[in-house]
Amino acid sequence: MNAVVRRRIIADRIARGLIVFATVLVVAILAWILAILVYKGFSAFKPTLFTENTPPPGEAGGLANAIVGSLLLVGVAMLVATPIGILAGTYLNEYGRGSWLSSVVRFVNDVLLAKPSILAGLFIYEIIVAPSGGFSGWAGSAALAIIAIPVVVRTTEDMLDLVPSSMREAAHALGASRARVITSVSYRSARVGITTGIILALARIAGETAPLLFTSLNNQFFSTDMSGTIANLPVMIFQFAMSPYDDWQALAWAGALIITLAVLALSILSRIFQRTAK
Amino acid sequence: MALVDRQRVATSSAAGDSRRSVRFFNGSAFERAFAGLCLAAALFVLLILGGFFVSLTIGAWPALAKFGPAFVWTTTWNPVTGVFGALPAIAGTLITSAIAIVIAVPLAFAIAIFITQLAPEWLRQPLGVAIELLAAIPSIIYGMWGLFVFAPVFRTFVQAPIIALFDNVPVLSSIFSGPAIGIGMATAGVVLAIMILPFIAAVMRDVIATVPKRLKESGYAIGATDWEVARAIIIPNCAGGLTGAVFLGLGRALGETMAVTFIIGNANRITANIFAPSNTIASTIANEFQEAYTDMHSSALIALGLLLFVITFIVLALARLMLKRISS
Repeated sequence: MNAVVRRRIIADRIARGLIVFATVLVVAILAWILAILVYKGFSAFKPTLFTENTPPPGEAGGLANAIVGSLLLVGVAMLVATPIGILAGTYLNEYGRGSWLSSVVRFVNDVLLAKPSILAGLFIYEIIVAPSGGFSGWAGSAALAIIAIPVVVRTTEDMLDLVPSSMREAAHALGASRARVITSVSYRSARVGITTGIILALARIAGETAPLLFTSLNNQFFSTDMSGTIANLPVMIFQFAMSPYDDWQALAWAGALIITLAVLALSILSRIFQRTAK
Repeated sequence: MALVDRQRVATSSAAGDSRRSVRFFNGSAFERAFAGLCLAAALFVLLILGGFFVSLTIGAWPALAKFGPAFVWTTTWNPVTGVFGALPAIAGTLITSAIAIVIAVPLAFAIAIFITQLAPEWLRQPLGVAIELLAAIPSIIYGMWGLFVFAPVFRTFVQAPIIALFDNVPVLSSIFSGPAIGIGMATAGVVLAIMILPFIAAVMRDVIATVPKRLKESGYAIGATDWEVARAIIIPNCAGGLTGAVFLGLGRALGETMAVTFIIGNANRITANIFAPSNTIASTIANEFQEAYTDMHSSALIALGLLLFVITFIVLALARLMLKRISS
């Protein structure tokens, strides 16, 4: 074995060693984060989390108001984002294919996908909170919807793209009109994939904190009134974690665990759907 | 006869890229309504981006009118005296993001190479899925972990030894100076790195997967080692896509709010000491917006938001242009 070959083999061993080391290191750190979260979250876990409201410092309590508030905020946001996202995705893949408008929309949508979420909060503050004179659940949902729409648009477009043109052609040949082909053939065949997009969008907004800071705010009490401030898990976690009180910090960990489990469950669900879609 | 012709147009155009040639508004009321709704929804996406820009500009106007372009390079941010300059927040944002990128990019690339090239077949899929799932964890979790778990560890095992090590070295002693308090720009940068790592790795894995198999195989066929294939074939072949992945990660790091707000220390000052508390654009907004009592203070915070909007737009647009070839 000559010197050059030996040097190349040594370089390869070193590089592979570093790559394996880096992967193990990162996996270990991420496992560390999850382990802490599970440990601290489960220590604070008790059934009353789901039945009692957030307490004043020093008293026992739960997260019922925050959980209900989060479900409301996310639910309303998805009710708005889903139709808009699906229709826009339909335009991109069905009507506007190849047009300059759809390339512009696609580009803008990709940028929106990655825009800092705090900007959505400021935007909604400017157009809803400030003019209407107060923080509200509606504003919080609007901010979340703005984050969810690009996710739905992107997945809908991708999934419609997987529908074979021969199916559309067959429907056209039977005399079906364009809108009829889209609603009865394309949607039906991409149904699972489009659902994946909705679940992904849910997972994306479930843990968003920054856009809610200046829109829905938080509320110590139980409320389902979307026109006032409303309790929600992410902002509760932020406030309680930053507080000096041990019980509040424990509740923050419990809330963080609930949110992470929800997001992971949604992500896994979307993967299962995706597998059946392809 | 006309109907048949129209159907033929529709059929033949559906096959190729010329589907646009089907006229929008032909046919029944449902046809028109549906096509109109789709177009409206697509325009709404444009409207969102336009709305961001217009509303932030209007909100920022009082501050921009008062301070002018000097807003960007003024080093004082003082709500009490009403003097607002963005430089402390800009500096904090750039320093934390730079730390995050420097740490995250090599590690993310290593993971992507491991998953696509080195890992045994049975490990590739689960590891890839795990990385993608981790990329979906809300950033507030990383913030909490950073504050309660990582900051004390970082203080004891990294900050204190480094400060002691460079105590008498010129220049370095001012970049790494005490006291070691755990929170600050360096901690925020490291936590940001950990947060964007799975995301960058997942994108890089997809990019590397687009390198044609026969190129890699021809490399191995002439006797190249794994590392030589990675360095001389994979990297040059998808350099644009890899850069796009880095820019996407940078876009995340620049605008990340929650992971940073917990651990940056909330101090509006400029310092070369990377262990010192500071503020980023996003953390300044998150910390102060609700408590801004003067209109000028709110307006200055929105002006910061506008700056963040412009910076991230440029970074994300570049990322998209570089990744375009990959996705299409």
